[in-house]
Amino acid sequence: MIQMPVDARLLTAVLLLALLAMFVLVLNIGAVDIELGQAIGDAWRQETSIESLILFDIRLPRALLAALVGATLGLAGAALQGLLRNPLAEPGIIGVSNGAALGAVIVFYYGLAGFAWFMLPLAGLLGALLAVLVIFLLVGQSRSTITLILAGIAINAIGGALIALALNFAASPYAMQEILFWLLGSVANRSFNEVHIALPFMLLGWGMMLYCGRFLNALTLGEETASSLGFDVPRMRLVLILGVAASVGAAVSVAGNIGFIGLVVPHLVRPLVAYEPRRLLLASGLAGAILLLLADVAVQSLSATTEMKLGVITALVGAPFFLLLILRSRNTLQ
Amino acid sequence: MTRLNASGIDYRIDRIPILSGVDFRLEPGELVGLIGPNGAGKSSLLRILSGIVAPTRGDVLMDGRALSQISPQQRARSLGYLVQGAQAYWPFSVEKVVGLGRIPYQKWWRQGDAEDESKVVEAMQLTETLAYRNRIVTTLSGGEQTLVMLARIFATENQVILADEPVAALDPYHQLHVMEILRQHASAQRAAVVVLHDLSLAARFCDRLYLLRHGRLDCSGRVTEVLTRENIARVYGVDSQIECNEQGASVIPLNRISDHHP
Repeated sequence: MIQMPVDARLLTAVLLLALLAMFVLVLNIGAVDIELGQAIGDAWRQETSIESLILFDIRLPRALLAALVGATLGLAGAALQGLLRNPLAEPGIIGVSNGAALGAVIVFYYGLAGFAWFMLPLAGLLGALLAVLVIFLLVGQSRSTITLILAGIAINAIGGALIALALNFAASPYAMQEILFWLLGSVANRSFNEVHIALPFMLLGWGMMLYCGRFLNALTLGEETASSLGFDVPRMRLVLILGVAASVGAAVSVAGNIGFIGLVVPHLVRPLVAYEPRRLLLASGLAGAILLLLADVAVQSLSATTEMKLGVITALVGAPFFLLLILRSRNTLQ
Repeated sequence: MTRLNASGIDYRIDRIPILSGVDFRLEPGELVGLIGPNGAGKSSLLRILSGIVAPTRGDVLMDGRALSQISPQQRARSLGYLVQGAQAYWPFSVEKVVGLGRIPYQKWWRQGDAEDESKVVEAMQLTETLAYRNRIVTTLSGGEQTLVMLARIFATENQVILADEPVAALDPYHQLHVMEILRQHASAQRAAVVVLHDLSLAARFCDRLYLLRHGRLDCSGRVTEVLTRENIARVYGVDSQIECNEQGASVIPLNRISDHHP
């Protein structure tokens, strides 16, 4: 077991600094070279310039969404792994992201998004919630990795089938293409509208997950021990599941399916927090934001003509990582 | 000082009766043993007494108040429960596992303070686990792990400890060590309930025994009243030899009784 615990405050400070640096770096990157100082200055003097438009209408919402979605996925991965006491749990692998995507596709498909601003994240939340509840019913008390992954395959298959059904009967090829591209996962061409839609649900979900930190620590010794330490286990479990559903639902509904962040991030961070599930939450949230910003830098610098989707690059890097984890834990799979 | 009292406890899972009409009491200073064959309902009774499972009928009273009426946090400070075969799922250090015992005193947003720290060290001293405080708990032997789990309970400073087969799968040295620690805890006007399969250990360390059979209380009382050849033959279905000595008594199972249907 590798353990290199770092002091909690130091780790948080370093991660915050790295996040800030990465954020500024992302704002500097794009199809056009702009002077950040000039853009901010123009906006300050309320002069509309190309530079300030690019910064505030294109790059800032994009960077904000990448950070928010990354933080959500890192945090949700850490929370699910703590709850299921299984390092392979992840919103994408166990089907939660696909559940949220299905909810969002239904809203797209029936054009419900126009009814109210919260329709999209709410549908994402409900889809995610349904998926987590089914996972929990299927996996329950068992900590078996095989059961978890089989349940994930089943839920992903059901979600995928229903999404395919929606695409099959899509009104026009154009609508179908739009949904397909959205499913690939991206934060490009987003506006502050998407930030406004997703942020309340994300903040709510983050709060609920962070509230469960001490419960997740107690859960290290099993549910009965957590109960004997004074936790109302069913209630705490529900708070955590709702938190995952609210934040992942919102993230998927504005950015599509971005996989493996929730798997890779907690795995990298865990040795730094001495395997403590409570400390893992905040650290994984920060590291998730950093990693997704980094991935967004990569997609913007790799391809100039057709931009690679963010979900494609996280899958390209994350899937082999997943394979490696499975190979490494093959002996202990039960 | 904390007393437990339960009468007429019924417990069913999916309408299958697990416990029926069980009475129980625990006084300060007592170490009480729950014994009986596999599936007799010992673990279920212990979970009910510790308040983590609610009985289908009846109530457990702690100093006259029903456990269901006491806040989970207050209950956690008074009653410590050691699950059978307790294990840590993540590779925590020993100190961190013992520190979990301080949770009932902590607000959710706060880290442990100096008092928590000193209670954790005290608990590790008491269980002689201080020497490996920085070791990873999953790399320790079964006996050492049980001592660490006990230390976790001592860190909470519970009045009552309820331990489910704490000495199962331990070597004789660690069996005696764990039982001595529980005995010592009970002697200081606190109390403990322990589920045991080893009748000789039960005879030697416990003040009173409850003998369960098919979810009912077969008999209860002082060790010499409960551990008789007739009772053991009737409940366990084995012929036994009981040797009394200055340490208590040794129960040696000799033969299975062929027409016994447990």
